[in-house]
Amino acid sequence: MAPHPVRSAMTAYLVRRLLFAGFVLWGAVTIVFLVLRSVPSDPARLILGADATEVEISQLRSQMGLDRPLVVQYGNYLADVARLDFGDSYRYHKGAIGLVVDRFPVTFQLAAVAMVIAVVLGVSLGVVAALRVNRLADRVVSVLALLSQSMPSFWIGIVLILVFARQLHLLPSGGHGGPDHLILPGVTLALPFLAILIRLTRSGLLDVVHENYIQTARAKGLPERVVIFSHAIRNALIPVVTVAGLEFGQLLGGAVIVETVFAWPGAGRLLSDSISARDYNVVLAAILLIAAGFVAINLVVDTLYGYLDPRVRLGR
Amino acid sequence: MDGTAILPATGRPAPSRPLLSVQDLTVQFGTRAGTITAVDRVSLDVAEGETLAVLGETGSGKSALAQALMGLVPGPAGRVVSGRINYDGTDLLARPRSYTRRLCGTELAMVFQDPLSSLNPVLRVGVQIGELFRRRRGASRAEARRKAIELMERVGIPAAARRVDDYPHQFSGGMRQRVMIAMALALRPRLLIADEPTTALDVTVQAQIMQLLADLKAEHRMSLILISHDLGLVAGVADRVMLMYAGRVVETGELREVYQTLAHPYTRGLMASIPGLAGPRERLTPITGSPPDLLRLPSGCRFRPRCGFATEACRASQPDLLPVPTGPESHRAACHHAEEVVADGRSG
Repeated sequence: MAPHPVRSAMTAYLVRRLLFAGFVLWGAVTIVFLVLRSVPSDPARLILGADATEVEISQLRSQMGLDRPLVVQYGNYLADVARLDFGDSYRYHKGAIGLVVDRFPVTFQLAAVAMVIAVVLGVSLGVVAALRVNRLADRVVSVLALLSQSMPSFWIGIVLILVFARQLHLLPSGGHGGPDHLILPGVTLALPFLAILIRLTRSGLLDVVHENYIQTARAKGLPERVVIFSHAIRNALIPVVTVAGLEFGQLLGGAVIVETVFAWPGAGRLLSDSISARDYNVVLAAILLIAAGFVAINLVVDTLYGYLDPRVRLGR
Repeated sequence: MDGTAILPATGRPAPSRPLLSVQDLTVQFGTRAGTITAVDRVSLDVAEGETLAVLGETGSGKSALAQALMGLVPGPAGRVVSGRINYDGTDLLARPRSYTRRLCGTELAMVFQDPLSSLNPVLRVGVQIGELFRRRRGASRAEARRKAIELMERVGIPAAARRVDDYPHQFSGGMRQRVMIAMALALRPRLLIADEPTTALDVTVQAQIMQLLADLKAEHRMSLILISHDLGLVAGVADRVMLMYAGRVVETGELREVYQTLAHPYTRGLMASIPGLAGPRERLTPITGSPPDLLRLPSGCRFRPRCGFATEACRASQPDLLPVPTGPESHRAACHHAEEVVADGRSG
């Protein structure tokens, strides 16, 4: 029996996306390699510290393969990465990848909370603004979007700490703990993302309500509520989902700042600390894991996109 | 149900009480450059079971008229400025918009010009058809699906039971329009408005769709307003015709009467530009000039700049829609020189 046409088209679509994801990861790995090899500081010198002799340093360099040609180094590096062997952190004397993996769930928790806040609030406020276009509610929402996009995260974070932790004593100012610890960093991380989602949802919905099929839905005598929620929103959300996926990478990047402000013990804070300390093995592991997380989320988004838009799923 | 529903679909309807009666309907659209009067004091009647063809070029106001009848004039730019739309004894414009919305689908239905953009791309066609039963009749999901398949079979979609789960883009143009027709007729409306239902389709498919519409109209004993720019297409279907130019009705009457005795130069021009209707050996003569800019309408008669009969009188005043001299009362034209046009047509 022939395979189900719709299902096999979907499978082909996912296989294409998976191959592409592999290509993106290889690109990220290569860029990180080139960047780390082009920074002036010498890893061997860093590991041994200021007291080391030149002989000791050159010994370690050859031990680490740093005296070999760049192509050979790149080959060894790819082999290491493929085995998920990023070497040890010289600060913690532990496997770099283990350090990052331990911290990653905490970052992911924060990013997920921010994503949920941004998507739920962003889409609902965007819908409200579109339905009340040019009226008070629309203007209020637009100002809100403008504010949350134009204020930098570190500043918002500090203001939120001052207001809700210092003055009102409602929420903890930082650290990792119960659900209440997630609120302030989650909101801070969500805000720029929220602004984008509000705008996209609003403009997407405003475009869609002028489509002919919306007129058809009205001509069928459907109540306006049904016209909007079962005919318009799904179409309006197609671009929103695409951008949401792309923006999730920004969210992981933003986590570096927000985790620092809120003393959140995640991979972002580990990354920024490791950069300051030039703990390159950890930097490498963290960047690659964040890139992998980004690619994974995009894969999920692409799948979702195929679900939302049958024209994509069926490979038209 | 009242007695009129049992009238044979092709029979002459009783003129006493039209199903739809529109008086002096005016629809305007605000644009950046100024206000456009897309429909200008248009009156029309449609009796039970009757087919009225509304004819005119692009921009003549046909579609805006249809939108107004369905309560679909896109606000806030567009609005119905004045007039009355009496449907089955109720003035729809005196009621809130939600009243018309409730009539849509059950009493009034519409088939649109471009079936691809008029169907929701992300919903299965079965869902889009079945939705009428679910939302308007409280049918269960399974029941709605079964009825959707039945309707798809009735409008001639092969393998309906399988195709019910397909998406609009998986259908051909003709099949998509059949889906649109199935949707429009799902709840057995008494008046169907078909806005250029075959314009986006291949010529061979056009005839099939027109035949389907005619069959369904007879079967459901519906009234039909058929909007078209094609005088030939409506010739076999319409009881009466109404020609529009720049938002105004220029000629109206029984189809046979109007086509035989052309009383408006615009109708004559349209007729002469159609192959076949112009006669086998006649040359096709297109109407010179282009449709008027609704923002800069000429003084007097709007057709004047393109008209061979135009005189000073046409510049001075806009002609009213009056009975054509020598014709029956129902045949009306808005031309200062109607008598001359008729006489010229007889001699030529």
